[in-house]
Amino acid sequence: MGARTGLDSRYIRRFSRTERWLHWIHAAAFFVLLGSGLILYLPSLSAAVGRRPFVKDVHFDTALAWGAALALLVLFGDRAGLRRTARELDAFDSDDLLWLRRIPRPQGRFNAGQKLNAALTAAFALLFAVSGLLLWYGERDNRFRFAGTIVLHDGLMYISLVLLVGHLYLSLIHPATRHALRGMTLGSVDRHWALRHHEKWVRDE
Amino acid sequence: MTSVDTPGDDPRRYGRAAFLGVVATGLSSLLWAEPAWRLIAQPLMNALPPSLFPNGWRIYTVASSMPSFDPATWRLRIDGLVDRPVTLNYGQLLNLPRAEQVSDFHCVTGWSVQHVHWAGVRFRDLLAAAGPHAGATALTFTSAERPYVDTLDLKQAGLADAMLAYEMDGLPLQREHGAPVRVVIPEMYGYKNVKWVERITVTATPETGYWEQRGYDKDAWVGRSNGSG
Repeated sequence: MGARTGLDSRYIRRFSRTERWLHWIHAAAFFVLLGSGLILYLPSLSAAVGRRPFVKDVHFDTALAWGAALALLVLFGDRAGLRRTARELDAFDSDDLLWLRRIPRPQGRFNAGQKLNAALTAAFALLFAVSGLLLWYGERDNRFRFAGTIVLHDGLMYISLVLLVGHLYLSLIHPATRHALRGMTLGSVDRHWALRHHEKWVRDE
Repeated sequence: MTSVDTPGDDPRRYGRAAFLGVVATGLSSLLWAEPAWRLIAQPLMNALPPSLFPNGWRIYTVASSMPSFDPATWRLRIDGLVDRPVTLNYGQLLNLPRAEQVSDFHCVTGWSVQHVHWAGVRFRDLLAAAGPHAGATALTFTSAERPYVDTLDLKQAGLADAMLAYEMDGLPLQREHGAPVRVVIPEMYGYKNVKWVERITVTATPETGYWEQRGYDKDAWVGRSNGSG
């Protein structure tokens, strides 16, 4: 970030275009997969909607589109930036460890909770994909049919729902954190808010 | 340079540790999740409203809409190699000798529901009026959910706990479970337990069922077919 005019110094850039695409690809795919998945899963919705083969296609094709979109993003997006972000998310310094024990410490661009959430989200994405592919392929080759596949896929869904509610609360409602939403839509956040919540990052910029 | 490092501070790679830990737990759960689920979660789920938590059942259908049941117009036809083809309405079906049982239900995809309470008609009572011919060996069950069809041979249909069920867990069979009648044969995987049955045809040779045309075993014994046992 070079010299700033008075106008844009009110905001500080937090997320690149590639990072925001990564987030919204996941968000969009998650909602379509959740909706179609619940229709396949809940007997009351299955009976009300019917058209199971169609809903199954929607669910499966959305998963493929999600994977393809991620591949395209990695191919054409800012790969070096993603690698830098991954390193940031990976590293927990002593302030992060204290923060996790609820001791207020200055945080970087991501606080320690966000780092854990990112690790969890990435792991869940992979596990959703693996268990989903096993559900699909196990119908075709029973050597890939495991008793736990369904339980894993459903369990991930239940935990993700809880995480999603927390995520939406923090990003849309909670007064102290909802300013972060601007970072994921427009890319930048209020500088004063950032200084309070992500002090080390703002100081380093 | 990343911005998280402060001088003299050696950051720990907990992000990847958390990621790998969750992935490893998740992948290993392919082996332990099902028994753990049965032990811990399923009793809990059974106490919750089934519309939000599908106490174990998954509803699989193959057609674009789920058949709906109208007691006034519904008929069950029994024909094929019989002395007298029979058409039963819902009331006549309920008047046949009633049988009850508690049995487990297993799906070939890996889920099970235990202790399901069924009420219905044994196949020999159902077929008695029609009178199958001496050369008959099998029954074809045609579902109102076209093109779903499956078969049992007469020996399988004669098992002590095989029935055409019209009640489940004390209620008339619900729409998603095959209202008004479905086949129940607990020894075999769910795909042999045809739902929304509207026609039973007595045949000389077993026909090939919907999933059997797609590679599944004709004799779908639980634990001894479709690649297990």
